[in-house]
Amino acid sequence: MVLGCALARVAAGAEAPGYARVAGGSFASSLPVAPGRNEVALEPFLLQRRPVTNAEFLAFAQGHPKWRRGEVPGVFADAGYLAHWSAPLALGPGARPEEPVTRVSWFAARAYCEAQGARLPTWYEWERAAAADETRSDARGDPAWRQRILDWYSRPSSEALPDVGLSPANAWGVHDLHGLVWEWVEDAGSLLAGADSREQGDPDRMKFCGSGALTLEQKENYAVLMRVAMLSSLPAAGTTNRLGFRCARDPEAGAP
Amino acid sequence: MIASLRARALGIALGIALAAGAAATPSDSLYQLEIPLVDQSGRATAFDRERGHPLLVSLFYTSCDFVCPTLVSTLQRLEAELDVPARGRLRVLLVSLDPERDTPEQLARAARRHRVDLARWSLTRASEDDLRALAALLGAPYRRLPDGEFNHATAISLLDAEGRLVARSETLGRLDADFLARLRAATSAPPGD
Repeated sequence: MVLGCALARVAAGAEAPGYARVAGGSFASSLPVAPGRNEVALEPFLLQRRPVTNAEFLAFAQGHPKWRRGEVPGVFADAGYLAHWSAPLALGPGARPEEPVTRVSWFAARAYCEAQGARLPTWYEWERAAAADETRSDARGDPAWRQRILDWYSRPSSEALPDVGLSPANAWGVHDLHGLVWEWVEDAGSLLAGADSREQGDPDRMKFCGSGALTLEQKENYAVLMRVAMLSSLPAAGTTNRLGFRCARDPEAGAP
Repeated sequence: MIASLRARALGIALGIALAAGAAATPSDSLYQLEIPLVDQSGRATAFDRERGHPLLVSLFYTSCDFVCPTLVSTLQRLEAELDVPARGRLRVLLVSLDPERDTPEQLARAARRHRVDLARWSLTRASEDDLRALAALLGAPYRRLPDGEFNHATAISLLDAEGRLVARSETLGRLDADFLARLRAATSAPPGD
């Protein structure tokens, strides 16, 4: 295990073991920052190569009693929290160690990353990393690649989850952004904030303070839109059997 | 019989715990979230500063010139509906979405402009990180826009003395009758008072 980490670090040359570096720069998001404006300037960041596993989350729960099933305050996680584990500190047959952890709330995911000296990625960071296929940093214009992602969404969610890291790494060296689980992002709750205030004269306009409003562009990008809709529909204490997470770091803070 | 004895024993135990000040924060209390705040006088405080009082809490920012003044006047109208003892029990907490620009001086200016009662109101700011967690708990998503404005769902949340969410209203500019009824109940004299 220790050897594995050391090897990974040498092989990757990245600042933190298990993390891949994603370049910064201008990125065209499917979620515009303002109507008609979807170019986002991103700083370089580090992203975990794989989603957090059951084994990793178990180690966190062992060290942080507050985040054990049965201990976690109700405002931070709903009743489904880690419900597939056989006990608060035992995975059991329903949760293999190398499967991505699921049934974790946004609060729990955030606390896990914080305990590693990391954070959740923002939506734009996640989307940037997930735009890559195995060879291109932005494969979104390729209909065949889009179809591959859509095929995953059409698979039944009752199937058992595969282990993390089995799919080929993308051009950044990151695995499983598509095809395994949905993933929490830092701004999950606010992706569509203000979306209802699009129309002038909307009776709901009073609900919103800002002058602008969000609209979704690139409407052919259904896979991304589904993800945005799913993330923004869940409360931060919500959990589902297909929603996990991975952490991110800023490069300068990344050295262990 | 046994059940009622047990209930009474539990009640006594609870009473002792409360008397000793040892009662833990309830699992469904928003005060589970520990958020340091700075108020309009520059004083360090915390999100649970009004523990023990019913509380109206909202996110806002002072440079917002349309909805935010309406939010403040809606809060003032709500408290004006209460009788004096009830109003005396109520506290109001505003947390800024714009910690960069909403310095304590700026918050104090806004408090003066709106003539809020600073004996019971606090205008505060939090760190960006804490703010996101607070917005998540209040179900009040916000998004910073490139022009420095924010899109945010303006909601008023009513918490009980222990920080549990009692009611929520998105009605601004006029009174929300249901919400007012919940506010009246939450600020009425506690039994034995």
